Amino acid sequence: MEKPTIDSQGHTGLSRRSFVNSVATGAAAEAAVLTLPGAAAQTGTKPPQDGEMVAVVLQINGRTHSMNVEPRWTLQYVLRDRLGLMATKDGCERGECGACTVLIDGISRYSCLTLAVEAAGCQITTVEGLMNGEQLGTVQQAFIEEDAFQCGYCTPGQVVSVEALLRKTPEPTFEQIREGVSGNLCRCGAYNHIFRAAQRAAELRKVGRG
Amino acid sequence: MPRIDGYERVSGTAVFPLDVILPNMLYGAILRCPHAHATVKAVDTAKAREMPGVHAVLTDADPEAQIGWFSRPGSAGSGSPALSRLFDPHCRFEGEEVAAVAADSPQQAWDAVRAIRVEYEVLPFVSDMEAALKPGAPDVQEGGNRMGNPRETKRGDVEKGFAEADVVLEETYRTSCDIHTCVEAHGSVVQWDGDRLTVWDTNQGPFPIQAALAGALRMPLSKVRVISSYMGGGFGSKLNLGKYSVIAALMARKAARPVKLFLTREETFLAVGNRPAHIMKLKAGVKKDGTLTALQLTGVGEMGAYPAATAVGYQVGDLYKCPNVRIEETMAYINAGPNRAFRAPGFPQCSWALEQMMDALAEKIGMDPVDLRLKNISTVCQMDNNKPYTSTGLRECLSEGARAFNWKESRSRPKGEGPWVRGVGVAGGMWGSQNGPPATVIVKLYADGSANLNMGAADLGTGTKTVMAMIVAEELGVPMDRIQVENADTGNTQFTSQSGGSKTVYVDSPAVRAAALEVKSSLLDMAAAQLKVPAADLNFKDGEILAETGTQRLALRDLRQLQMQQAVVGVAVRGPVQSDKVVRPFVTHFAEVEVNTRTGEVRVVRMLAAHDSGRVMNLLTYRNQVFGGFIMGLGLATMERRILDPVTGKMANANWHDYKIPTAKDVPAQMTVLPIDLHDTECNTTGTKGIGEPAMIPSAAAIANAFYHATGVRITAAPITPSQVLTLLAERKTKG
Repeated sequence: MEKPTIDSQGHTGLSRRSFVNSVATGAAAEAAVLTLPGAAAQTGTKPPQDGEMVAVVLQINGRTHSMNVEPRWTLQYVLRDRLGLMATKDGCERGECGACTVLIDGISRYSCLTLAVEAAGCQITTVEGLMNGEQLGTVQQAFIEEDAFQCGYCTPGQVVSVEALLRKTPEPTFEQIREGVSGNLCRCGAYNHIFRAAQRAAELRKVGRG
Repeated sequence: MPRIDGYERVSGTAVFPLDVILPNMLYGAILRCPHAHATVKAVDTAKAREMPGVHAVLTDADPEAQIGWFSRPGSAGSGSPALSRLFDPHCRFEGEEVAAVAADSPQQAWDAVRAIRVEYEVLPFVSDMEAALKPGAPDVQEGGNRMGNPRETKRGDVEKGFAEADVVLEETYRTSCDIHTCVEAHGSVVQWDGDRLTVWDTNQGPFPIQAALAGALRMPLSKVRVISSYMGGGFGSKLNLGKYSVIAALMARKAARPVKLFLTREETFLAVGNRPAHIMKLKAGVKKDGTLTALQLTGVGEMGAYPAATAVGYQVGDLYKCPNVRIEETMAYINAGPNRAFRAPGFPQCSWALEQMMDALAEKIGMDPVDLRLKNISTVCQMDNNKPYTSTGLRECLSEGARAFNWKESRSRPKGEGPWVRGVGVAGGMWGSQNGPPATVIVKLYADGSANLNMGAADLGTGTKTVMAMIVAEELGVPMDRIQVENADTGNTQFTSQSGGSKTVYVDSPAVRAAALEVKSSLLDMAAAQLKVPAADLNFKDGEILAETGTQRLALRDLRQLQMQQAVVGVAVRGPVQSDKVVRPFVTHFAEVEVNTRTGEVRVVRMLAAHDSGRVMNLLTYRNQVFGGFIMGLGLATMERRILDPVTGKMANANWHDYKIPTAKDVPAQMTVLPIDLHDTECNTTGTKGIGEPAMIPSAAAIANAFYHATGVRITAAPITPSQVLTLLAERKTKG
C-alpha cells in the first residue's frame, strides 16, 4: 500500500487513492481500486511532485482523449470540468450518492472516487455514451415512460446503474433491481418509478434482441 | 403524460446551475468556522493570496463585505440592524462563513482556503434546546435563548374539556433535526457585464432571490438576472438567498472574472437549513363515543443560532373537530445551523404527535383508529373563524383509503410469532398554507399553431412545466410536442413567488388557463372581423376556427391578421385568492411494517396514500411525487437525525454515510396512490389544491402507529432506530 502523500501545507487530503487504500477495510474496496489498469501503470514510477501534470490517455464514449492531468484530479472532475461532459453529475465527491456513476470497462463505478490516472486505458462510458446521436438509449426511454425521476439531478447516475445491471442481468428480479440501484441516492424518492423503468427497459431490450 | 422536459433530464442536456461553465471562470471556496461557538480574533490571508491560481480573497476586512445578514425576529429585514453580517467575527454555529477564495481551479481554491490562518477564541456553546432554555446556559443571541414570548393560540376552555372527557391521555413526543440534502448542492455561478449581474442559482424560484440579491448589493432589480430553469432538489432549503451567491458576486467583481461557488456536501449539512427538532407535549381528552373534548399542545422547537421560527401546532387546532384547544409554542436558540422551511414545515412533526395520540385514544376507548378520525371531521376551518373549506376530502381519504388498503382485514391478521412481527397503521393530515398569488403568465400562439408558455415558476421536479403545458394544450388544442416552455428566469419570464408551500399548480395554473383563454379570445376576434360574424358565434378547436352553424371554418394559416402579426399573445395576472372560504388539501396514509424483535430492524413493506388535493393534473407525476413524499416521511420516521457531539458541539454525521436517508432498499415493495377528487369548483379555476407537502405529512406517524400495532410498544421519539427498538422491547420485558 502506498503511503499517503503530505503536501507543503501539511494536508493529506490530496491523494484520494492513498486515502481510499488506507481507509478501505473491506478487501473488495481495495481490490476495486487496485484492479484498474491505470493504477497498475502508476506503480513503480516516481511519484509526481506537487502541481505536476501527468500525461494520460482516456477512452471516453469511444473517443480518445490525450491530456495532462494532475494526479489528484478525479475522473468526475476531468469529465465535467475539463471535457464538459456534464451528464455525469456531481453530488457529494465522497462516494456516497452515485450521481457521478459511469461505466468503466462495463462496470458501474463512482467517478468521484476514481482518479483520472487510474481510469487511463479503460473504456469509460457516460450517459452521453448511451445515446445514439440525439436518440435516447433504452434505459433513458424507459425512464421517461415510467417517470423515473423528479428533479433529474441523480438521474444520469441512476440510468448508468440500470444500464450496468441490464448488461449483466438482462431479466432482473425486483430484488436484483433494488440491489442494482442501491448505490444511487434519490432525495426526491422516485425509487418506485425507477424500479418500474428498469423493468420496462429490460422489456424494451428483449424486444430489441428478439 | 410523460414530462415535457423528460428528454433533457434523462439525456443530461438539462443545464443545472452546477453544470454551468463560463469562459475564464474561477472557482470559489469558503472557509467556515470549525467551532460551534467562537470569535474570530485574526484572519491571516497573506499566504493564500500568494498561492498559484488565486485571484480573489474576501474577508470581513473588505469594505464591500459589510452586508447585514439574519434579521431580528419580527423586523422582516426592513431598515432594522441585522443580527450578523456576511463574515461576522462572532460565529454562532459550526459552518459560519469566515473568508472566501476564488482561484483558477477548485483544487487551488481549496488549497488556498486551507492556507488561511485564523485565530479563534472558542466560546462556551449549547447544542440542545432543553439545556439552552435552562438558567445559566451560554447565550446564543443577546437577551437569552428563548425567541420572544411563547406563541399562544386558544379557543374554548381546555380545562372544562378535559373535565368532560371519559379518557384523558398525555404524552411527550419528539422529532429529530433532519437535513434536506438535495442531491445538487447549494451554489451559484455569477458573471458581471459592467453593472449588470447574471446569476445561475439553484433555487425554488428566481424572483425572491433576485430581490434579495439586489437588496444586498444595492442594485436595481433590472440589473440583476437570476436563472434557475433547472435545479437539483430544494425541499424548502432553496427558498432563500444564500451567502454564497453574494460572496461569489463580490469575488467576481474583485477578480473581474465569472465565479462558480458551490458548497461541498459537508457544508450543505451545516449551513443551509434543516427541519428543526421538536419536543411536543400533547394532552387530549375524548368521550367514550369518540368525541374529542380538548387538545392541548406545548411545543418547543430547536431553532438553531438565528431566528427562523417553525410552528407545529396548526393541525392540533384544525384537523379534527374540537371545541377546546390550547397551543403554546416556543423556539430556542442553540449553537447550530439555523432551520429553514422543510417540506410542510412543522406539519410532519405535529402529525408524529397528534396522530400517535389519536391512535392511543382509539385504543383506550376500544374504537378503530379510522373510525375515531371519521367521528371528528370538521368541514369548517376552526383556525380561521370557522370559515367553510372549499372541499373537505378527509372522510373519503379515510374511508376509501381503508377499503383500498384492506384495513380491517389487515388489522386483524396474526402479527407473527417472531422474530419478525407485523402491523398496520393509519394517520390523517392536512396542509395549512395560505401561500398565494400574484403570478403573471404569458401564452403565445405562433402563426403555425405551435405555442410558447412563459412563466416564472421553477420546476423542482414536481412536473410543473408539464402540468402547465397540458393546460395550454387543453385550452388551445395544441399538441404537447408543439409547446415550448420558458421558465424561472428573471430576465425573460414573468414574476411569480417561489415554488414552496405546494402552491405552484394551485396559484399559477389558473393564470396559465386565463392566458390561454386570452389567446383564444383574441383569435376569435380576428376571425370574427375576417368572417364578418359575431365572435360569440365562433369556436376555436383543434387548430381551426369554427362557426357555430358549422358551415364556416377557418384554418389558422388562413387567418389573415394572425399571419400578418405572426403571433397572438395572451397575458394573465392571477389576483388574490377569495377569502370567504378556506382551501386545504387533506390526506390519509396507511402503512404496513415488519419489525424484527431480535435485531430491532424496521421494514415498511406496504403503503397506501389517499389524497384530496383536488383535481389530479397528471397522474404519472402526481403518483411519483406522493411516493417521494411518503419515502421522505419514512426517513423522518426510521433513520434521519442530525447528531451534534455533546463534547464539541460539532455535527458528527455531516455526510450521507453517517446521516442516513432512504435508499432503494428501504422503499416498500407495494406502494399505492388513491386520488380523491371531489370536483372542487371554488378553490380556483382548475380545481387544484396542491400535493407536494401533503405527500409527506402523515407518513411518519402512520409508520409509528403500524410499529405500535406490530409490537405493542409506543415509540414517541423519532427516528425509530434499531437500538431504540431493542431498548424499548427489553424494557417492556423487564416491566412485564
